[in-house]
Amino acid sequence: MPGMTMAERILAGASRKDFARPGQIVDAYVDLLYMHEMLAMAIKPFEEIGVKKVWDPDRCVVTLDHWVPPPNEQIAKMHQAIREFCWSQGITRFHDIGDHGIIHQLVVERGYVHPGELVIGSDSHTNMAGALGAFAAGIGATETAAVLATGKLWLKVPETLDVRIEGRLASRTGAKDVILKVIQTTGDDGAAYKAVEFHGSAVAAFPMNERFVLSNMTTEMGAKAGMIPADGTTREYLESLGAPYRPIDADPDAVYARTYEIDVDGMGPQVACPSNPANVKPVEEVAGTKIDVAFLGSCTNARIEDLRAAASLLRGGQVARRVRMIVTPASQAIYRLAVREGLAQIFLEAGATFTSSTCGPCFGGHMGVLGPKEVCISSTNRNYPGRMGSPEAQVYLGSPLTVAASALHGEIADPREV
Amino acid sequence: MQTRFQGRVWLFGDDISTDHILSGRYLGSMDPKVYAEHAMEAVDPLFAKKVQPGDILVAANNFGCGSSREQAPVALKTLGVSCVLANTFARIFYRNAINIGFPVIECPGLHAKVRPGDTIHVDLEAGQVTLPNRDAVAFRPIPPNILEILRAGGLVPKLRAELASEPD
Repeated sequence: MPGMTMAERILAGASRKDFARPGQIVDAYVDLLYMHEMLAMAIKPFEEIGVKKVWDPDRCVVTLDHWVPPPNEQIAKMHQAIREFCWSQGITRFHDIGDHGIIHQLVVERGYVHPGELVIGSDSHTNMAGALGAFAAGIGATETAAVLATGKLWLKVPETLDVRIEGRLASRTGAKDVILKVIQTTGDDGAAYKAVEFHGSAVAAFPMNERFVLSNMTTEMGAKAGMIPADGTTREYLESLGAPYRPIDADPDAVYARTYEIDVDGMGPQVACPSNPANVKPVEEVAGTKIDVAFLGSCTNARIEDLRAAASLLRGGQVARRVRMIVTPASQAIYRLAVREGLAQIFLEAGATFTSSTCGPCFGGHMGVLGPKEVCISSTNRNYPGRMGSPEAQVYLGSPLTVAASALHGEIADPREV
Repeated sequence: MQTRFQGRVWLFGDDISTDHILSGRYLGSMDPKVYAEHAMEAVDPLFAKKVQPGDILVAANNFGCGSSREQAPVALKTLGVSCVLANTFARIFYRNAINIGFPVIECPGLHAKVRPGDTIHVDLEAGQVTLPNRDAVAFRPIPPNILEILRAGGLVPKLRAELASEPD
């Protein structure tokens, strides 16, 4: 019997079986369920299921992130309902405003995600937690209610794609550029219903913050999960948070549905053009495109390292005339650190805004919605029509360095030329 | 559970994301009627006004990709779309639709064979779509565990029934 991939091993364990094979339907026990404002939409279905108490409040994490602070009464009521639910159910890991963050960032930076676990989140970018070697998949509101009630969900064991990335990147090029290249290669449904495992020297060389970017955007490949095998980097990260390290590795003779060999040797920055994350070009091909807005934010690319990188280009400079730059850290913890490190000062003196943590502009929610025909370069993960506001706005996706370089020039710019 | 559908086709292409189906600006509402009113707005601002109950959506590849917002299938179901057929669906949209009892059917090749406005018949049990010219396109039977959820009317009624019948 051939060996198992990470996904197969983790799902076997989660369903209390010795083996799991692609195509099998398993009934899996959830190790960690995490939710943001989608919980408000899950409360009624949860009550309708007829169970009074959440299966295990200590396996739940909730924060508010999409609209923080609430921009209107409707959202304020939504937050109230969530608050009351968490309190009455004894969900102690409820991170309210001021102690909040974009949920995917919050759960990893607090040490809530561990390798080998089944992590389920009420958001499509739950895949990001796979960078820690967990099987992390997104679900919707009704499914969230079902997991709250039962602690389990059915999953079809996915095939796994082996994505091998080799080579040394050009300067000022990083994981965002790499994952855009990967998505261009596979297409935005190249990993549909599949798990992804990242391998190769380029992946091993990435620190944890860059690994989160790779896993995060496996969502844009259609993947059910996007995992990176745990190693010394993973262990160090988890130990620094006091979190356990019990990784589950693929067997040496694991069978992969397909292998992608991606050579990034000498590769420079990449940009996804309107209006699909797979519409990727080298930055040189779109440099010179005038922009109106530069956004540095989202679970994909607004960690402290991303803010430091952008600040290194903006220090002493000015955001171009007729361009707005918005900087939104991925969590309040990052916000506080950015203030302490003087990064906030750099952004503000350059003429950018610096907002408290929220998803906000990424999905056109608030704190930076785009108007008709505005052109935005953003460090986020999606650029479908209307994603960040007006359906007539145009969104380009790039790395934090590309976003910062573009803000300085007033047009999409190669960060190597700043 | 309704297993046969007859309706007018609305045709869409590849990569219709949940941003296309229901824009993020409406996620702050908890009212399904608001979602329905704004369904597919980024693709066709008049879609919601023109759709008739019983109409059928037919799409190409990767329908429902992107965000996990359940408001997307809720919008279509509330509007009265009876079912969606596509070459392929994105996984969270597929799951969300089933969970709310909204039939979504993988039917590779159908998109290439129909035109907007065609009246088609969909038979879930026979696994077949009949076109205006009497040609048929077959699709693989819906997996049993998915069918169970649809038959119950969605995941909530299914779980409710299961939990009610469990011995204490």
